[in-house]
Amino acid sequence: MSFAEPKAGRVAPWIQTNWDLRAAGNFIGGGTGTGLLIVAAFAAGAAYRPFALLGLAFVALGLFSVFLEIGRHLRAPRVLAHVGRSWMTREAIVAPFLFAAGLAAAWHPTPALAALTALLAAAYLYCQARILRAAKGIPAWRAPRIVPLTVVAGLAEGAGLLVLVLALLDRSFAVRWPALALAVLLVARTVAWRGYRKRLQAPAAALAALDAGRRIFDRLGNWVAAPVAVVASLLAPGPLAAGLAAAAGALALVCGWHFKITLITRAAHNQGFALPALPVRGKGAVGAAAKPGW
Amino acid sequence: MTRWAMTVDLRRCIGCQTCTAACKQTNATAPGTQWRQVLDMESGEYPDVRRTFVPVGCMHCADPPCVHVCPTTATRKRDDGLVTMDYDVCIGCGYCAVACPYQARHINHRRTYAYGGGPNETEAARFDPQRMSVANKCTFCVERIDAGLAKGLKPGVDPEATPACVNSCITQTYAFGDREDPNSNVSQLLAENHWFRMHEELGTDPGIYYIVDEK
Repeated sequence: MSFAEPKAGRVAPWIQTNWDLRAAGNFIGGGTGTGLLIVAAFAAGAAYRPFALLGLAFVALGLFSVFLEIGRHLRAPRVLAHVGRSWMTREAIVAPFLFAAGLAAAWHPTPALAALTALLAAAYLYCQARILRAAKGIPAWRAPRIVPLTVVAGLAEGAGLLVLVLALLDRSFAVRWPALALAVLLVARTVAWRGYRKRLQAPAAALAALDAGRRIFDRLGNWVAAPVAVVASLLAPGPLAAGLAAAAGALALVCGWHFKITLITRAAHNQGFALPALPVRGKGAVGAAAKPGW
Repeated sequence: MTRWAMTVDLRRCIGCQTCTAACKQTNATAPGTQWRQVLDMESGEYPDVRRTFVPVGCMHCADPPCVHVCPTTATRKRDDGLVTMDYDVCIGCGYCAVACPYQARHINHRRTYAYGGGPNETEAARFDPQRMSVANKCTFCVERIDAGLAKGLKPGVDPEATPACVNSCITQTYAFGDREDPNSNVSQLLAENHWFRMHEELGTDPGIYYIVDEK
């Protein structure tokens, strides 16, 4: 069944405009920052302090980005009012505890404080995933598999940033296993992406936007970056290993950000309008269902 | 328990947009913001082509996603089923707008005018700064309902206590009343006709019922 352009009001799904790049910035900063705080707690070793500060800086940038999005800035503290149901409130409640623990861990790095920070970062990341899941008006966001995808994507971005910084700081890239961990997370990310995409029921335009971005996110960010990370971890320490590790980390990071931007601003088509049956006109019969744009 | 609900007889609607105009006049919504709008849907292939006019707006869901996600509790659901907005509490985060599957929520970040670069007399008189940069949506004319009830009037029966769109409709497409009262106008219409609710599969339990045929 075909549908003409409506003369009054839009019928087929269209891209929501309430959340834009500023909202995407929150998912980019929050995902990368918390991912780094989690991965660094296990992989950074003695170099934990700068990674903790860097992770917190990313989370703060994300929060500042979404602060710019809201309409009434001075009322921002009211975001804490609905802990019973709203995942946005829960994210905002976790944030100060995350910063307190992260700053304490950076000030006095101990395994216990690093683990506590990682735990709070995981809670924050999970809240972000559930924020998308609860957005019932956007089919590409409300899909159940958006939760594991968002969590794994954040971890992969954090690992990518960790490996990138390690490779830039140590030109011989002597510590190998963070690159292996990155490769594992990239494999997990592609599995999560494929599971999400395979079961996703969304408007045709949203699916097209996701598929158009897949070349960058999945092929380059996962399928190219993961083998490069593996090779970097297997090579003898030296500039080549460091270069490959930096490339793998950068690809994992930037391609993950590209996916977040695609998801929030390009594949964010709303539900549109649909009629399970068309009304009787005169003596006719009930018409077939109409669901334009799907 | 009362649940205010609306029926829309799709067989009757002619797409005149009188309800849209009445809503704008009553609620002084900004240009481009339509709490009540009528979609004009053309479907099918020649020669079997149909044209359907579909009034839409806030569905005042029994399980409203906008209420669940709102981080400030600016959006609430009353015991009588009406989903309300508190403009003084809303921070304009837009979460409710992306949570609503009916595209019923609007946020106006800039003041706009119907004609030219400045407000006309009506726009100047009715401008409400409280509504800037916060979410707004159809209220089922909650002020009219509450004021009418206070006077002992019956929403859906007495025009003074009935939403403006329902009052204005020239084809009696709309009916408004208590879904929980088996003798109300909406309950009787739903008992006598085939109907559906939009996007019911999403579990929102919407409060607008679309009538398509008689039983």
